[in-house]
Amino acid sequence: MTFSPELEKRFADMVTHYPEGRQKAALIPMLMYGQDEVGSISPELMAEVAKRLKIKVIEVEEVLGYYSMLHRKPMGKYHVQVCTNVACMLVGGTELYDHACKKLGLKHLETQHNGHYSLEEVECIGACSWAPAIQVNYTFHHYVTPEKFDSILGECK
Amino acid sequence: MGRLYNEPSPLEVKIVTRNFGLPNSESIDTYLAHQGYEALKKAIGMSQEQIIDEVKASSLRGRGGAGFPTGMKWGFVPRQLDKPKYIVVNADESEPGTCKDRLLIEFDPHQLIEGILIAALAVGAEKGWIYIRGEYRYLIDIMDKALAEAYAHGFLGKSIAGSQFKFDLYTQTGAGAYECGEESALLESLEGNRGIPRIRPPFPAVSGAFQCPTVLNNVETFCAVPAIIRDGGKAFADLGIPKAGGTRMVCIAGHVNKPGVYEVPLGFPMMKFINEVAGGIPNGRKLKAVIPGGSSCPILRADECDLNMDYDSLAKAKSMLGSGGMVVMDETTDMVKVALRIMRFYQHESCGWCIPCREGTTWLRKMLQRVTDGQGMTRDIDLIGDLAKNMLGRTFCPLGDAAALPTISLVEKFRGEFEAYVAKNPLAKNELVSVG
Repeated sequence: MTFSPELEKRFADMVTHYPEGRQKAALIPMLMYGQDEVGSISPELMAEVAKRLKIKVIEVEEVLGYYSMLHRKPMGKYHVQVCTNVACMLVGGTELYDHACKKLGLKHLETQHNGHYSLEEVECIGACSWAPAIQVNYTFHHYVTPEKFDSILGECK
Repeated sequence: MGRLYNEPSPLEVKIVTRNFGLPNSESIDTYLAHQGYEALKKAIGMSQEQIIDEVKASSLRGRGGAGFPTGMKWGFVPRQLDKPKYIVVNADESEPGTCKDRLLIEFDPHQLIEGILIAALAVGAEKGWIYIRGEYRYLIDIMDKALAEAYAHGFLGKSIAGSQFKFDLYTQTGAGAYECGEESALLESLEGNRGIPRIRPPFPAVSGAFQCPTVLNNVETFCAVPAIIRDGGKAFADLGIPKAGGTRMVCIAGHVNKPGVYEVPLGFPMMKFINEVAGGIPNGRKLKAVIPGGSSCPILRADECDLNMDYDSLAKAKSMLGSGGMVVMDETTDMVKVALRIMRFYQHESCGWCIPCREGTTWLRKMLQRVTDGQGMTRDIDLIGDLAKNMLGRTFCPLGDAAALPTISLVEKFRGEFEAYVAKNPLAKNELVSVG
């Protein structure tokens, strides 16, 4: 399995960041950056990362089951993450999530058949003072109302 | 003016946020034009003891939540030990209510780099990692750019600022786990493992990253260091109150007119902060309760909020200053729903390593859900309180306490609201209360 030249360079640099013999430390970043390019943590990606870090696939599995941002199946092209934690909840986060469910016809961690949108009710994303907040992929949107939500979707072509 | 998230308040005292709002505040040129890296050059001329003493004199305490004195923490590193020493930055900001470290990296990444370099000088460290939560991907890009600039200007790498000092610094991404904000779980995650806490001792100062002595501090803690070295520990200490020096960033969210992140001196009055800095409660409503420093802090009733924001005052009120994430609730807030939402979070984030936390958060969530659904019994309210109390102090890391403490305070201080939910359950009328 090969990656884009940029990602190959990133991986090559990354393994030099840790003390000799402790290259497993690159595992979580490799899975995150790998997922961004491949779309999900596919069995092939797991095997490739394990091979490069000289660890067993089961060690990759172990980590995969723990971190909420690592997904075995591809999320949508636009992964919509709505925070409903306490700061967002107080100013309309729950209603915003309900609106998102209806608008996208999705529930928590579901993906549309055409792969365009997926939805996730997320825990605090660190935007509490500008709540309610959502992330579409890695982009933050603050003070999101249902109307603003619809216009954000309008830009997700 | 550069881009800001909220208007600054005239009541702020800006130390770590002093460059916010400058054009291109994230660039090394802007930083250098505003005394950037001067503290580093000064520190290069100081002995390790002098640096640590200066930080001790500042009475800087950790800004991540626990509030441990920073100078003392650095002093615990066995500098003579023949092992590499490391610096790890906790930028895994995920305590609900907290959104300040994000701004420090976004608007002034070089201040963080300079703080890290001074810490590295103080303990003789040669490498460091900035562990940034996965959701903050854009910050990793900003930080990587700042690191490249610092290397290009000779502030990272070999012979830093023309001296013998060498240091390498990298970013490391998390992948979505609140637990990794806990220092020992963060170290596990950094090493490529599940973020499960380690038993202590040994503390990270002795055995941290890759089992080597490690200084591990929050972003804001490192960011305060350049000012301490530049202007002296005493000047910083004098901004705050005895035993808690300097300023800190407070994030305010919820029912206020001007939510935002503001930097105020330690010991700033809480009601003045809510009413004058954050513009008070909207729509003429009354204050009901405040989470003072992130959702793991015991909640304060409105009548308990007439206090100063410092470690000891909050401790006296049986709460915590925490990570500076203040959540304000007005009189319309349903405290049972707040309790349930907070518990849903901790149940989701419990790593499952310690049984009292794993099982406790699950049962508490179930019971709180039952009460919220109008199917609770009076005995559930007591059981929620009892179960939470039995979790306290029985886990490797503070997540168990973080789940239990707000729950205990919510049940004790707003019991009437829980009872009102129970009264909706017709079965509760015939409830037999067991004796003994």
